[in-house]
Amino acid sequence: MESASARLRDAVRAAAADRRVLHIRGGGSKDGLGGPPRGEPLSTLELRGIVDHDPAELVVTAHAGTPLAELQAELAAHRQMLPFEPPAWNGATLGGVLASALAGPRRAFAGGARDTLLGVRLLDGQGQTLRFGGQVMKNVAGFDLFRPQAGAWGRLGVLLEASLRLLPLPQQEQTLVLPMTADVAIGEMNRIAGRPLPLSAAAWVDGTLYVRLSGSAAGVRAALPGVGGLPLAEDLAARFWAACAGMPPGPAEGAAAGGTRLLPLWRLAVPPTTRSLAAEGEFAIDWCGGLRWLRSEAPAQAVRSLAASLGGHATAWLGNPARPVMQPLDAVRQNLHRRLFDVFDPHGVFDSGRFDAAG
Amino acid sequence: MRRPHKPPALRHNAVMASRASPQRAVPVPRGGASLSAAARRELLAALAAALPADALLTSPEQLGPYECDGLSMYRQPPLAVALPHTAEQAQSVLRLCHAGRVPVIPRGAGTGLAGGVLPRADAVLLSLARLRRILRVDPLARLAVVEPGVCNAAISEAAAVHGLYYAPDPSSQIACTIGGNVAENSGGVHCLKYGLTLHNVLGLRGLLADGTPICLGGEAPDDTGLDLLALLVGSEGLLAVVSEVTVRLLPRPRVAQVVMAAFADVEAAGDAVAGILGEGIIPAGLEMMDALATRAVEDFVHAGYPLDAGAILLAESDGTAEEVADEIARIEAVCRRHGALSLATSRSEADRLRLWAGRKAAFPAVGRITPDYYCMDGTIPKKRLSAVLRRIAELSAEHGLACANVFHAGDGNLHPLIFYDANRPGDVERAEAFGLDILRACVEAGGTITGEHGVGVEKLDAMCVQFAPPELAAFHAVKLAFDPAGLLNPGKAVPTLHRCAELGGMHVHGGRLLRPELPRF
Repeated sequence: MESASARLRDAVRAAAADRRVLHIRGGGSKDGLGGPPRGEPLSTLELRGIVDHDPAELVVTAHAGTPLAELQAELAAHRQMLPFEPPAWNGATLGGVLASALAGPRRAFAGGARDTLLGVRLLDGQGQTLRFGGQVMKNVAGFDLFRPQAGAWGRLGVLLEASLRLLPLPQQEQTLVLPMTADVAIGEMNRIAGRPLPLSAAAWVDGTLYVRLSGSAAGVRAALPGVGGLPLAEDLAARFWAACAGMPPGPAEGAAAGGTRLLPLWRLAVPPTTRSLAAEGEFAIDWCGGLRWLRSEAPAQAVRSLAASLGGHATAWLGNPARPVMQPLDAVRQNLHRRLFDVFDPHGVFDSGRFDAAG
Repeated sequence: MRRPHKPPALRHNAVMASRASPQRAVPVPRGGASLSAAARRELLAALAAALPADALLTSPEQLGPYECDGLSMYRQPPLAVALPHTAEQAQSVLRLCHAGRVPVIPRGAGTGLAGGVLPRADAVLLSLARLRRILRVDPLARLAVVEPGVCNAAISEAAAVHGLYYAPDPSSQIACTIGGNVAENSGGVHCLKYGLTLHNVLGLRGLLADGTPICLGGEAPDDTGLDLLALLVGSEGLLAVVSEVTVRLLPRPRVAQVVMAAFADVEAAGDAVAGILGEGIIPAGLEMMDALATRAVEDFVHAGYPLDAGAILLAESDGTAEEVADEIARIEAVCRRHGALSLATSRSEADRLRLWAGRKAAFPAVGRITPDYYCMDGTIPKKRLSAVLRRIAELSAEHGLACANVFHAGDGNLHPLIFYDANRPGDVERAEAFGLDILRACVEAGGTITGEHGVGVEKLDAMCVQFAPPELAAFHAVKLAFDPAGLLNPGKAVPTLHRCAELGGMHVHGGRLLRPELPRF
């Protein structure tokens, strides 16, 4: 592992010296996301393996190139899991999961990638190895420079190793389904979330509200009447939530199978009680109302204005040609981003193509 | 537990200060030389013009209460105290100070224990304590929008009518402000299950050093761009001044119950902690005390702790009645399996409060059996607990000072309380040296020098132990990215590389001693 880190370090230093751009890449499972990459690929796949996992610490430390599937198998063997339910796309690595900060249905109840992150080791744009945070849950020494690595798409450095907080696998999970319109479902999921129930997901797809309870067998059983609806078979529920982690199934997928042209796909983060955006092309809702999936032929600018007017932001998703992919930042934050890029990557080594919120 | 009771901490510090001040060197530049008398007059006149009459304090008697925070061993009156009523007035203060290149030190309630708001003679102290409106509570969206001077506990009070509450509960919660909580990323007894401030803040409005407003996060999840909100939380007032906070509210659990288990020694109690977490249980609270702390507490509050125990464990479960009944039974079983000498489980709310009373009184109880104590705040991986406690016992013998240990066992946050007598020559210095050795042991065990109290001025030297020069340089560069003139709370939280170089011989990083070939004694 030392030699793999050293090779990456040398590659970054050489690129910095020659003013070349590198495009950090793990398993490539998220190649379709973000703006078009620039520069030569820099693979993290050699950085593979779990460094430390002591179940009683509720912490795992692993190299960035470790396949997500390998990590999750290790955790599951000890009845533990990553809290944020990242999409299990083929080839996904820990580094890519963190860099993209993609999170699944549990995001609304157990936090996202940055909430789970306890520390990182990374290579900055000058090839220096820096360590921020650690392996413990409470740590207020220094700025938390490890947290913004989640969702930075590698713009601040090459993740080498990360430590994450874990949760126990729930003893039991039960998904309940209730037929209702999107508008009614948005009110209902937020009302349920305001009651002390062991909730772990709430989504709406195609005329149906899906609510998942997770916890002790006794706790889940006792909570069922508080939600109502009909229980969904375990295998169907597992498949549904796994799909939601990437993108919920929608009527549009059926249209694709039937040869109909698909409209551009958008992922909107909005305040969870925002009205249904059905009129604007919304086909699925996740994160207890905070995440909306749209297919829309409206111009990108209109979708962005809609998201902004609601207090949220829109991201062009898989196959949507809109550029920039991310909602642009205001001038104050754009300025701060440029200065932070200068701190971590003064020679512009790391690809700025995919992370395009800062212009 | 940040600060269970104000008097003992003050007592410790006041006594330290009586010996130390004014001879005791303030560990960051005092400032004062850079500002000419004319410039000072000009700034004060401009501030007076921009603020209502009651919002600017300049006389020595008015400045007195602001010369320190909870770490009162260091004292320094500021140039002036600004007490704006609105964010716009706070912005004016920042603009004027920025124009005059005068440092600004933002302050909440001043309950911090690390000197994070220690003034400088050349700086304006900007108190946000009067920005205390709760702007909005939205029960359906389960959030509250509040000004930075709102007291932590007041948010839960405002939300209670909806069956909701704000989860982070630092022990100073009846006094500390949400703005200060954001600056320190405060935790609380329940943070193992419910997270730190970071995990419960949805959005921030702030002001950069030059007064520029900045808006980060909000009600929509996962802001676009870099997660700057996560960077601001815990930045000790060095990056921005918080002007508005949107917090997440949670449904108040229906039931809470606590198990008190006594063990023969801290090893057995530590094994039980590993057993509980390994079992897949995340208790709402999980606290441990060693024999010295237990005896001090039992003498003081008579909580019913067995005096022959080597360690006491408190494990709380909350949730629905069914969840709690199930979890409590499993916790009891784990404790029995790990050789608990005795078990007591609360059967009523009064019972529960009585069992907690001892832990909550640990600091004042220790204050009764030693003239002074010095509270440390390291975090370690839980599996290293026994080894670190053994090391603390060795250090205790070496330094000739006793030490009681209270421990947020679930998250590895250790509070060794060093006993000393400020009236005995050399004790203050010995206590500080002992404290730094403990923090060094925490870092060597893979932990950190501060779990929840922050660095402030107190742990600047310890920062050199935990971080290597390139990491410290990155901290300074990030500071300058937000505050190019270096005017917001300068000198706190991150030591200069020069300071660390002077400490250099002792530099330990990530458990590796630099220059391991050199003998050390």
